Amino acid sequence: MSQSKITRRSFLKRAGAAAAAAAAPMSLVEIAWGKSDARNFTFAYISDSHLTQIKGAKFVSNFDKGLKRAIAEVNFMYPKPDFVVFGGDLAQLGKRAEIDHGLELMSALRAPVKWVVGEHDFYLDMGEYWADKVSPLRYSFDHKGVHFVVLNSILTYEDWIRKWKTPEERMLAMARLDNPQGSPFIVGDEQLRWLRKDLAKVSSDTPVVVLSHSPLYKVFKPWNFWTDDAEKVQAELKRFRKVTVIHGHVHQVLYNQIGNISFYAMMSTAWPWPYPVSYTQAPNAVPKLTVFMNRADPHSERDGTGWGWLDLDSGRVNMHYELWENTPRTVRFDAAKGHPADTVYQDPAKRIPPQEHY
Amino acid sequence: MRYHDTIKRLAAAGVAALALGAAPAGADEFTKADLEKWRKEFMAVVAEGEKLFHSGKLGGNSVSCDMCHPNGANTHPETYPKFQKQLGQVATLRQMINWCIENPLEGKPLPLDDPRMIALEAYITYERRGVPLEPGKH
Repeated sequence: MSQSKITRRSFLKRAGAAAAAAAAPMSLVEIAWGKSDARNFTFAYISDSHLTQIKGAKFVSNFDKGLKRAIAEVNFMYPKPDFVVFGGDLAQLGKRAEIDHGLELMSALRAPVKWVVGEHDFYLDMGEYWADKVSPLRYSFDHKGVHFVVLNSILTYEDWIRKWKTPEERMLAMARLDNPQGSPFIVGDEQLRWLRKDLAKVSSDTPVVVLSHSPLYKVFKPWNFWTDDAEKVQAELKRFRKVTVIHGHVHQVLYNQIGNISFYAMMSTAWPWPYPVSYTQAPNAVPKLTVFMNRADPHSERDGTGWGWLDLDSGRVNMHYELWENTPRTVRFDAAKGHPADTVYQDPAKRIPPQEHY
Repeated sequence: MRYHDTIKRLAAAGVAALALGAAPAGADEFTKADLEKWRKEFMAVVAEGEKLFHSGKLGGNSVSCDMCHPNGANTHPETYPKFQKQLGQVATLRQMINWCIENPLEGKPLPLDDPRMIALEAYITYERRGVPLEPGKH
């Protein structure tokens, strides 16, 4: 494998009042990783905007502001990202007005969008409007030597889907994160067969990136930080040397390594969620590997929220978390240790008090 | 003054009961049935609090408390009162509940002794049961 190392510095100009003063440096260490069509590239990730219609054309302004800010900042990225992934939950209650409003805001992005569907976009009409107006619910594509798979990981069991009197009732039940009458997410056997068929044509040394809304592993069932058939998905990915899953849903910095698979989550643009360790009445499996993001200051609308950008280095993902009210963080795959690691805070001695959640 | 009157009356009743040879009815005497009743009363208020906590109608913009605080998590009732740096003073949980109602929920604050406020406090505290008190902890 021939490796050439180029260091390129570029700058993200921040939108808003602080634009002139604050600039976050982005440094990309690029390593070509050998395959004939492999070129290093960058893409951005925006997730969980939860645009909420109050009445008519009136939407919750706090959540609108979060998405608008992410879009403005992605548009300032240089070099331009090859594409932007939207990680799901564009809408709050799956209403056409909310999805339309989201599409209108997202149309300001100056890069193509790869859409992942979230449960808040889906359970009013079982994804009909999303599939019609936004994007297929599952698909795959190849980009510069990497195979990307987009999964609809927020399906659930038929009995649960049928138990509600109205679509609105079903949507509200799924929208409540801590609902004791909720139902765990699944990818489902039909989609697993599709996945197997899709991956059959991909060689084991091709880097694979899976984009899903829910984590494709099990963190905390009471809040659906959980995919019930995650192990089956992991089994389909087992033969690949470099596999990364990137997901939304959890509204927080979260990363993990299970076998050959690296997992990274993204913050929401709307609001942060507590780590399940903060709920003491049920056991959790929050990955020990994750260095928590700072506890959010409730008095700051944008704290604990943000977006991210990723570059692929040797077929592995480097995740750059753009936390709006905190120092940005980079979590990259540590080849020696074989798992993702925060470039600053991974060492417990380097951690800071706001990272302690209780 | 009323308290003293009550004590006097209870004392008089006690003396009377003794005089009649009946068992003394102490103020701290209660039965399992009483405990059950009080528990039910409390849990009814917790249930009311759970409803309000998940209601889009508590505030003014359809946002509800649970959207940021599933199961009341990250509210830390065991740390109040504490210095709230954003308010520049020591504040109670109820003041912070009102802050949330007024800001992210864009609603009107509740009187601090409003039954809805007590219900919210009951739910939040109940979801944090078993965690030691840590007043002042940040």
